[in-house]
Amino acid sequence: MRYLPLTPHDRQDMLATVGVSSIDELFVDVPEDARLDGPIRDLPMHAGEMAVEAHMKKLAKNNSAAGDMPFFLGAGAYRHHVPASVDHIIQRGEFLTAYTPYQPEIAQGTLQTLFEFQTQVARLFGVDVANASMYDGSTACWEAIVMARRITKRGKVILSSGLHPHYVSVAETMARFTKDQLVNAAPTLEAATDGANLLDQIDDDTSCVVVQYPDILGRISDMSALVEKAHNHKALLIAVVTEPVALGAITSPGQMGADIVVGEGQSLGVGLQFGGPYVGLFGCKQKYVRQMPGRLCGETVDSEGKRGFVLTLSTREQHIRREKATSNICTNSGLCALAFTAHMTLLGEKGLRELAMLNHKKAVAAADRLAKIDGVSVLNESFFNEFTLVLDKDTRPIVRKLADQKILAGVSLGRLYPDEGKLAHGLIVAVTETTSDEDVEILATALEGELA
Amino acid sequence: MSRYYTDEHEWVDVEGETATVGITDYAQEQLGDIVFVETPEIGAELSQGDDAAVVESVKAASDVYAAVSGTVVEVNDALEDEPALVNSSAEEDGWFFRVTLSDKSELDDLMGEKAYKAFVDGL
Amino acid sequence: MNMLTEGRPTKQEANIAMPEPGAVQTHTGNRALMVDEPLIFETGSPDRSGVDLPEAPAVDSRLGGLERDDAIGIPGLSEAETVRHYTRLSRQNYAIDVGLFPLGSCTMKHNPRLNEKMARLKGFSDIHPLQPVDSVQGALGLIYELATWLKTLTGMPAVAMSPKAGAHGELCGILAIRSALEARGDAREVILVPESAHGTNPATAAFAGYKVEDIPANADGRVDLDALKARLGPDVAGVMITNPNTCGLFEPDMKAISDAVHEAGGLVYCDGANFNAIVGRVRPGDLGIDAMHINLHKTFSTPHGGGGPGSGPVVFSEALAPFAPLPFVEKSEDGHFRLVEEETAEEHHASSFGRMVAFHGQMGMFTRALTYMLSHGADGLKQVAEDAVLNANYVLRSLEDVLDAPFAKSGPCMHEALFSDKGFSNGLTTLDLAKGLIDEGYHPMTMYFPLVVHGAMLVEPTETESKAAIDQFIGALRSVAERAKAGDELLKSAPHFAPRRRLDETQAARKPILVWQEPEEYAEAAE
Repeated sequence: MRYLPLTPHDRQDMLATVGVSSIDELFVDVPEDARLDGPIRDLPMHAGEMAVEAHMKKLAKNNSAAGDMPFFLGAGAYRHHVPASVDHIIQRGEFLTAYTPYQPEIAQGTLQTLFEFQTQVARLFGVDVANASMYDGSTACWEAIVMARRITKRGKVILSSGLHPHYVSVAETMARFTKDQLVNAAPTLEAATDGANLLDQIDDDTSCVVVQYPDILGRISDMSALVEKAHNHKALLIAVVTEPVALGAITSPGQMGADIVVGEGQSLGVGLQFGGPYVGLFGCKQKYVRQMPGRLCGETVDSEGKRGFVLTLSTREQHIRREKATSNICTNSGLCALAFTAHMTLLGEKGLRELAMLNHKKAVAAADRLAKIDGVSVLNESFFNEFTLVLDKDTRPIVRKLADQKILAGVSLGRLYPDEGKLAHGLIVAVTETTSDEDVEILATALEGELA
Repeated sequence: MSRYYTDEHEWVDVEGETATVGITDYAQEQLGDIVFVETPEIGAELSQGDDAAVVESVKAASDVYAAVSGTVVEVNDALEDEPALVNSSAEEDGWFFRVTLSDKSELDDLMGEKAYKAFVDGL
Repeated sequence: MNMLTEGRPTKQEANIAMPEPGAVQTHTGNRALMVDEPLIFETGSPDRSGVDLPEAPAVDSRLGGLERDDAIGIPGLSEAETVRHYTRLSRQNYAIDVGLFPLGSCTMKHNPRLNEKMARLKGFSDIHPLQPVDSVQGALGLIYELATWLKTLTGMPAVAMSPKAGAHGELCGILAIRSALEARGDAREVILVPESAHGTNPATAAFAGYKVEDIPANADGRVDLDALKARLGPDVAGVMITNPNTCGLFEPDMKAISDAVHEAGGLVYCDGANFNAIVGRVRPGDLGIDAMHINLHKTFSTPHGGGGPGSGPVVFSEALAPFAPLPFVEKSEDGHFRLVEEETAEEHHASSFGRMVAFHGQMGMFTRALTYMLSHGADGLKQVAEDAVLNANYVLRSLEDVLDAPFAKSGPCMHEALFSDKGFSNGLTTLDLAKGLIDEGYHPMTMYFPLVVHGAMLVEPTETESKAAIDQFIGALRSVAERAKAGDELLKSAPHFAPRRRLDETQAARKPILVWQEPEEYAEAAE
């Protein structure tokens, strides 16, 4: 067995050192009737690389890979080109097979990388500080809500109808147990975001307002007025960014006054991977830093005065605070954070801005082309790289049918909001730097065919 | 002014109706380098034994209980920038908060300096 | 002859003086392969880039007047500089690829590279979570196949695949317990957790709204069954037990614990962090547990990545299966895989407690874990547990004469050996021994955990170490332990040979610097 170095002879020697005659004697504490008499049945025996590879390839082939066909899905996960060196860097064994940097003297590589990551995220979001990452955007969003409760000691949470429905579901699941009161609704197919409605709902019981930017339908709007009203009522504004590339083009939530900004970092460095692992981004104003969940890396010096980095403020965390911790989170998404930070370093500010504008303008061109189809209108007046088409019929069957024709057309709102009949006419279309003009033309032609 | 101690290693200075609370020198020594102190909110109504503050070292976070019942009237803002005061001057400059006492009879069950010293020696 | 004498010297000059340690200084401060690396903020520039992008189409932007007009402040590097930056940083890290990594409870075993290769197949890495299910039948099939392995290995009838990590899996299990109790109209408030538990256990129970109470350990390092029984009652929702426990011992009373908890109307959560010690030899389902998370990054070798991503599927008993979270994969009779999510949940899974995460879980970890399982097979996984346990017992018995081993008399350990700093002199502690091990070329063991043992050291060699590697490690640990007992002052300033000496954690925590600031801002902050 290629991964197990002990030889039968080694095992005999070691059993003798331990002072037992067989391995079974080391499992004496297992109750007799729970002991198995041999390998577990109904599972295959060990296999070589070639056989395993063949099995896995067969499974992989039974999927339509995004890169093999016109592809327009977004809604919280985006297909971007990841530079070749990013995957090389995350496969360095010293990063890939390291543990959480609990021994900082021999983990400066991971720690310095996290410090750079935190700084990049804070600057991208326009906030003072950021943590070393969370599981993903949806869990980061719930953690932000819990953090707001800790700060405001209030339980009313106003969720924008433009918040990703999976993020809403996660919050609903958790709020049922924590007794936080959620105010939320499904979106309506209008060009404007629901900012005006949210304003009316903020009161002195409000802990936080959660706004996605750009929102699930791709719409963007200034959140300054919401921030102001929230602050007037001593409530917090939480901004959620599921497409971080957008912040290379549009004003950051921090600039508009958001108190906590969370997001999904998958777009940079991390592939689609069918939904995970991704990387949750979490930033906030300096004054709330001790209420932040998750790991933090901080700068310090060693005993010779050299600059170095350590995990810090860990007394907020579960291994020390136990039931009083800010969160039960024990890990971050370290390797994905490394991929994010390496991709961001390759881009630099210039590259990020160019990438963002490339995404945006391709999306504008695509929206204009698709708007020409009879029976299709573009909902959005403004957007980044994602917009919502409104058709005159349910888009779910169309999406399925086009997928059979090897066109991955977008995300039907009917799938995300199965209980909201009217929304099923909406189709979210994402366009990135990986989308070609030809892809757009293929989609347009196919939609024309479906709607003729 | 009279000073009282608790078996949770807190000290209480009483002057009229006002009591000042902190942790003892023995406690700071056990905790090691203090990195952060979370003080209660002004106006908070504390009952004896409630969690009133948190004191953090690099390795641990400890709750500071309300040694006496009362309303918080002042907190030591200096600790925010300089938590090390708790190490350098636990029983003076490193005080945590002040309350107006709501039940002076609670003081009767606390220790005096001698009793506390004997208590610590016995640990 | 033509006497060609030009060229480099081939022999060191005789009788040169060897300098005192530390006498040689370099201009850069570097020491050959040990090279310091500045931050990207010190070397990069906002107008430098390592990517080339095509021209954007000539259309007007439609950003609603929200164009970003501030300087973002993100420096860029060319590709050449980027690769070098991270390569140099990587060399300041210890990793499994570099050496034995005996971090107890964390299971730092070899990460097979076939797993990495398989995860990168475009059919897995380049598919979107919201693609129509007919276009991702292979991916759903893979999740189903991995789920089948996990259910079979644990002897449990159901599994939730979406939790993102171990602690997230704990939360999943506790929410299912709470949902099941609420469904029968039985609001209970308390979760019992042994004092030796991972900190995530009480944090999880509190996060889910429960009160947490400790269960004491007995002198053998195991759950005190009588104390547990005495505490059970109508207010106790359940227990969270780690088995094998954090002292590295199997809980022989696990079945009795489960029975007692069930008798009292509660449910049993098992923290499966240490499943690697028993995989293929014991099925937790046979011990009466109701829910257990499995850390794919521990038992099934998905890489730790310097702190995640993890993956923490949770297996469930019949009692909890109906409450498992969305989404999950079902197989129809015709072999078609269906994704049960919001759209279809009402008819198929009405009592699910809901969604814990966007999308479907850590697919990239599933591909790696299944690759690992297929490579090992049922026979190999059994051998994995046996070798892991044998290696740990070998370490325990080879060192118990020099290091205090508080539960060595409790019988064999499982996959990790527990020691303490009892007997060290001159004020030396577990921390000093750990830093001494760094100088010997090893990552230290887990220190100061479990909390029930003063100065604890938890050593987990794992099954992927050879006897020679373990012998060498034992030799190093023995030597440092002897120095600690002898009071060797030099250990207090260890490590001496690492990229950094001991770091000032007090300063880091008192005045947290969490993001880079321009030097002038530093100067202002210091004033």
